[in-house]
Amino acid sequence: MNEMKKDIIPLLQKAQADGGFISPEAIRTISRALRVSENEIYGVATFYTQFRFKPPGKHNIKVCLGTACHVGGGQNFMEVMKIDKNLGHGETSPDGKFSLERVACLGCCALAPVVVVNEEVHGRMNRVTFTKLLESLDPPPAAETGAATDPGAQE
Amino acid sequence: MSVQEETLQHTPAGAATAVIPPPRIRILVCEGTGCVSSKSPEIRAALEGFARELGQEDRVEIGFTGCHGFCQKGPIVVVEPEGIFYCRVSPKDAKDIAVAHLGGGEPVKRLFYRHPVTKEVVPYYRDIMFYKKQQRVILRNCGKINPEKISEYEAREGYQALRKAVTSMTPAEVVEEVRKAGLRGRGGAGFATAIKWDVCRKQPGKVKYVICNADEGDPGAFMDRSILEADAHSVLEGLTLLGYAIGAGKGYIYCRAEYPLAVKRVRIALAQARENGYLGKNILGSDFDFDVEVFEGAGAFVCGEETALIGSIQGSRGMPSIRPPYPAEKGLWGKPTVINNVKTLASVPVIVSKGADWYASIGTETSKGTAVFALTGKIANSGLVEVPMGAPLSTIIYDIGGGIPNKKSFKAIQTGGPSGGCLPGNLLEMPIDFDSLKEAGSMMGSGGLVVMDNDTCIVDIAHFFLTFIQSESCGKCVPCRVGTRHMVEILDKIRTGKGTEEDLAKLEKLARMVKQGSLCGLGQTAPNPVLTALRYFRAEFVAHVVDKRCPAAACRELVTFRIIPDRCTGCQMCVKVCPTKAITGPRAQVHNLDQSKCIKCRACYEICRFDAVAGDAIILVS
Repeated sequence: MNEMKKDIIPLLQKAQADGGFISPEAIRTISRALRVSENEIYGVATFYTQFRFKPPGKHNIKVCLGTACHVGGGQNFMEVMKIDKNLGHGETSPDGKFSLERVACLGCCALAPVVVVNEEVHGRMNRVTFTKLLESLDPPPAAETGAATDPGAQE
Repeated sequence: MSVQEETLQHTPAGAATAVIPPPRIRILVCEGTGCVSSKSPEIRAALEGFARELGQEDRVEIGFTGCHGFCQKGPIVVVEPEGIFYCRVSPKDAKDIAVAHLGGGEPVKRLFYRHPVTKEVVPYYRDIMFYKKQQRVILRNCGKINPEKISEYEAREGYQALRKAVTSMTPAEVVEEVRKAGLRGRGGAGFATAIKWDVCRKQPGKVKYVICNADEGDPGAFMDRSILEADAHSVLEGLTLLGYAIGAGKGYIYCRAEYPLAVKRVRIALAQARENGYLGKNILGSDFDFDVEVFEGAGAFVCGEETALIGSIQGSRGMPSIRPPYPAEKGLWGKPTVINNVKTLASVPVIVSKGADWYASIGTETSKGTAVFALTGKIANSGLVEVPMGAPLSTIIYDIGGGIPNKKSFKAIQTGGPSGGCLPGNLLEMPIDFDSLKEAGSMMGSGGLVVMDNDTCIVDIAHFFLTFIQSESCGKCVPCRVGTRHMVEILDKIRTGKGTEEDLAKLEKLARMVKQGSLCGLGQTAPNPVLTALRYFRAEFVAHVVDKRCPAAACRELVTFRIIPDRCTGCQMCVKVCPTKAITGPRAQVHNLDQSKCIKCRACYEICRFDAVAGDAIILVS
């Protein structure tokens, strides 16, 4: 058993933390460092949902679809993203502004339904507050000057 | 511990010689994940600012604690020594709290907890029903101590059990104590902890490992996260005791990467424990060496299974392997390994320090101790609940949980997450322990309890869990990989009104095959939600396949939305939210809903709230 292999997952996590996603170059670097084939590293990386292989959008939206959030209507937010932004799970909008992920459970069940935008948790959401949240992240063109440069301005 | 005792403990040691100071005020802000997401760090910063402004910063200690378990009411602020409990606090309220307790004002009544049914105001922590009926053993320190200060853990008998074990007990005695206590694994299946330990202790060889399983993947469960965030030292102490008992030199905490705050607090606890000599070489002057490393999981539900977890630490795809050999014989890197859940390990220090007899006096004949549940869903008080094993579900739902809100009625309770089952109302008086739940077709699982009211469709829930399992199946064995996929397909047919009665029989047969034929616990328990749903709520399945109706009006394809003209006030709220412009009509006139454009997204239904007057103007019909 190659004991070096135990560093695959921590290194992939580091690569993703630094670059936002796992690039082919990152895989190659890890492969050389650990003397494990690129194939095998891809095999490990694709098994775990944490790793993404495309760059995330400027606003990465994670919709929690755990049990409590499902019962509370979390699916609605996936639908709003589909209708308003034409985005599905794992996709990034062509302008790079939004990306969408579906996650199983964030452990904030008492705040269900929960949406996470850029690592900030928004609890007790509904369709209306979610739509407003999206608008605040990407204001319509009239209000864009100034506010658009600061994604946290509205929050 | 009473409030007075607690105050005494925090009085500085040298105070007796000086003039007796006025009782020190402590304002404690909850900083668990739930409260942090509702801006509790801002509240703490604001409180500190106002304390300075009032010139009272010497008289008050403004600190933070981990999760109180009552996340729904968060952010929570507790003021000691009185024990006043403020809930749903926002940063704007900080000034009022500071003035009330530091500027000689009155406590802030509007932030007091209100009983969900009687609306009675409850100012004190100790009087809140949600806590009153609980018995906290595993969660003993949660919300009481600052999780980032080892001194506060030590002040509550922390690391006393480890000291007792390494100085006065042999490893075999520790195992024996755990055996006498009757501790069963809190990860779900309830395997006797001491048997696992004993097998591993007796294995030859010097290198052994212990692992704390904190890969809490069950959707709807968050107790492990809360314990690690609020009281990481107790888990660490339990893990070290386990290491001592079996003769391991190295431990791992395998924590989900989705829990960044828990990982951070565990790392802080590790550093402090090393500094204070509870980890490292010659622990507490004995010849026992032990250290712990944190391993962050990468998001795979199946890694909660012990052989898959080991695979994951070894850097492979997290796929389970065939047992035997069990990890206790041949585990991590081929060495004997014990894997225990967070809650199991957090119980160990109490057992060692208070004794097996004390622990065994709690609970039922076969299930000793307490059970921790994450109570969520359609319930008035959601949060973490710890009760003795054998307490009935009704106590948890009605006494602690405060019942079902919004005048809806109870329909089902889902226990044990995707491995458990949905139980109906007539089982609410059943005493809950490992065995009774198994008999009812469910299981303890990790302890998620999701309450459902009449708006929740059982078919939809079964579909939800199976979809989750199907996407998390690692794909190694055929029954789980293929079987669950077909089960999802059948449930999808039923949900959309295309199912037949034959499908129900097929579903049941397939469920039994997956249960019997799967390699690991994930597949073996995956059909439980479906089987229990069919066992207790068959009529609802029949309504879907025969009448093509969804009694809960939740399955989209079987529902139509209608506006009731008598009730519609023409407020245009629904017109505004309708994403497809299916609803039209001028202000103050009855609106019109074009069924051909309606995508059944429920946006109008959710925003239309006239129940106070005449009931909703927009209804769901199935």
